[in-house]
Amino acid sequence: MSRILAILKKEFLQMRRDRLTLGMVFALPLFQLLLFGYAIQTEVKHIPTAVFDQSLSAESRDMMEAFSASGYFDVYYSTGGYAEITNMIDSGRAKVGIIFPPDFSENLKKGDTATVQVLVDASDSMSSSTAIATANAIGLLKSQKIFIQKAQLTNLPYDIRVRPWYNPDGITAYYMVPAILGIIVTMTMVMMTAVAIVRERERGTLEQLMVTPIRSFELMIGKIVPYIGLGYLQITVALLVGALVFHVPIRGSLLELYVLTLFFITASLGLGILISNIAKNQMQAFQMSFFVLLPSIMLSGFLFPREAMPLVIQYIGDIIPLTYYLVIIRGIVLKGIGFPYLVSQVAALLVFSVVLVTLSIIKFKKKIA
Amino acid sequence: MIEMEALTKVFGGITAVSEVSLRVEQGDIFGLVGPDGAGKTTLLRMVCGLINPTSGRVTLFGGRQKKDAGNFGYMPQRFSLCGDLTVMENINFFGSLYKLDRKTVRERADEILELTKLSQFKSRFAEDLSGGMKQKLALTCALVIRPGMLILDEPTFGVDPEFRKEFWKILYMLNRDGMTIFVSTPYMDEADLCKKVALLDRGKIVAVGTPDQLKKQIKNKIIEIKADVKDLDFLGELPEVDDASFYGDRYHVSVPVVEPAKISISRLLSEKGIAISFMEEITPSMEDVFVSLTEKEVV
Repeated sequence: MSRILAILKKEFLQMRRDRLTLGMVFALPLFQLLLFGYAIQTEVKHIPTAVFDQSLSAESRDMMEAFSASGYFDVYYSTGGYAEITNMIDSGRAKVGIIFPPDFSENLKKGDTATVQVLVDASDSMSSSTAIATANAIGLLKSQKIFIQKAQLTNLPYDIRVRPWYNPDGITAYYMVPAILGIIVTMTMVMMTAVAIVRERERGTLEQLMVTPIRSFELMIGKIVPYIGLGYLQITVALLVGALVFHVPIRGSLLELYVLTLFFITASLGLGILISNIAKNQMQAFQMSFFVLLPSIMLSGFLFPREAMPLVIQYIGDIIPLTYYLVIIRGIVLKGIGFPYLVSQVAALLVFSVVLVTLSIIKFKKKIA
Repeated sequence: MIEMEALTKVFGGITAVSEVSLRVEQGDIFGLVGPDGAGKTTLLRMVCGLINPTSGRVTLFGGRQKKDAGNFGYMPQRFSLCGDLTVMENINFFGSLYKLDRKTVRERADEILELTKLSQFKSRFAEDLSGGMKQKLALTCALVIRPGMLILDEPTFGVDPEFRKEFWKILYMLNRDGMTIFVSTPYMDEADLCKKVALLDRGKIVAVGTPDQLKKQIKNKIIEIKADVKDLDFLGELPEVDDASFYGDRYHVSVPVVEPAKISISRLLSEKGIAISFMEEITPSMEDVFVSLTEKEVV
C-alpha cells in the first residue's frame, strides 16, 4: 500500500510539472467540444441549388417556391441550359440542379404528370440523401394538395403522427456532445497511458524500478489511478461545456453517470496499458493507439448508426468499449434512464476492464526482456 | 555474496553471455571489464534478476536473503531516475519504495549527499544536473537503502576523467566501510582500481584474478614508444614484434625478448626518418593484459 502511495505521489508530482500535458487534458475536451459540437450537423440544410426553368410559368415558380421554403435548397443560380447546370454541379458550385421541362405547366393543366428533374451530387452521401428525401417529400406534398382538391376530401385517409422523443427538435448537439465526450476519454486514456508507460521504459526508469521490491500490480495501480482522476476531470469539463454552451439537458442522474463512467475509463486504460506492454517505443504506442481510436470513431455508433452496418462490422463494433459507453451516456444524458436499463453495457465494460488489466499484469511480469 | 554458475543468455540465436561462473566475495571491489558488446550489461541484469538466464544459476547472499528485500543497490547503465523530479524528490521516492520513513531517508540522504558533494543541489531538477552529477545522484539513490552490496553498470561511462576519479574515490570510501561492490567498466585503467577483475570478451570470461595476478599471466614484455608519427602499425610486421597497438598518444609493442626488438625497431624507424622521443620497457597495463589474452582467445 505504501509503495502504491509512493508511485502515486511521484506521478502527481510529475503530472503537475508537465504543464503542456496538463493543459491538453483541459483544452482537449474544451476545444474539441466547441469545435465538433458546432461543426458536426448531421442535418444538411441550405444546399446550393441551380435551376433551369424552361417552363417559366406560374406553376414552375410555385414549385420552386416550395423548394426554397423547405430551407434545404438555396437557389443560387438560374441557368440558361442543361450544359450550364452540368457544369455547375461538376465544379461543385451547386449540389443540386432542378430542371423544369417546357411542357411543365401544360401537362399540369391537362391533368397529366408534370415532371421535374432533380439532379443531385451524390458524391457526398450525407447531403445528397437529405436532398433526395426532401425533393421527394415536396413532390408528394404538392401532389397531395391537388388530390385533395380534385377528390374534394376534407381530411386524409391516413394520419401518421410522429413524436420524436428525447430530442424533439432534432438538435444534433444533444446527440453529439455526449458522444464526443466518450471519444475524448478514449483518446486521453488509451493514448496517454500507452505513451506514458512506454516513455518510462524508454527512459530506463522502469529498469530502475524493477530492482526495487515493488510488485507489478502495485506499479500498475500507482500508474492507473492518476489517469482515472484525469479522465474524470475531462468528463467534468466536457459536461460543463455541453450544459453551458450547447444547453444539453442532463436528464438522468449525474452521480450514476460518474459511477458508470468508471467502467469505461478502466476499460480504456486497460487498452492503453496493453498497448504500452506491446509497443517498443513511443512512436509504436502512438500508432497502435490510432489503431484503436479510428474504429472507435467509425464503428461505435459515434458518427454512423450501427444498425446500418453489415453484421460482421457490427460484431467488430461489439469489441470496442466506446460502443457500450455511448449507449450508457446517451441513455443517461438524453433519455434519463438509469442503471437497470444499462446492465448489459456495464457488464460488457466490466469484462473488458478485467480481461485487459489482467492481461497487462501477466504480460508485465517485472522483466525487461 | 554473488555466485554465478554457468550463467548463459541467448538472444534469438546470439549468445550474449556464455557459461559465466564467478564468485563475488564479501568486501570485494569486483570489476567486470570488457569492451562494448562483451555482455557486461546482460550479465549484470541477470544478476539483478531483471532478465532470466537461458541456463545456469545466480545466487545472491548464498540464497539466504530474498533479493526483493533491498539488500543490494543497483545503478543501471543509463540514467534512469525521473528527470522532472528534484534531487531530493528522487531520493524520497526511492526510499519510499523500500518503505523507509521520511526522517530516515532525510538523515541518510544528508549523509550520502555530503559524501557525493551534492548537498547544495537538493532542489535542482535531476535533468538539469551535469552527466557526472546525475551518476552521483543515481548512486545516492542506490545507497539510501543502506545495501550491503552495490551493483553498478558502467557508472563512469561518458563522464569526464576528473569525475571518474572522484566517483572511484567514493567507491573506495564505501568499500572501506564494508560495502561489496560489483562494477562493470569498459575502461582498462579502471580495472587497475579493482581488487579483483574478470575480463569479459564476447560473452566469455577470459581471465579472473587480481590486477597483479593478471599482469603476471602475460609472458611477453611491453615496450612503450613515443614517436613524432602517430601511425606505427607497421611495427607489427617486424619478426621480433608480436603485436603493436595504439595506446593514447603512445604505442605499445608486445615482444617476446626486449633488446633485439628495440634494436630492430630503432633501425626501422630511422630508415623511415621517424624520430623516437621515448622507448622503454614498461610494466604491462590492464589493457596490455586484455589485448594479449583476447588475442590468445582468437587464435
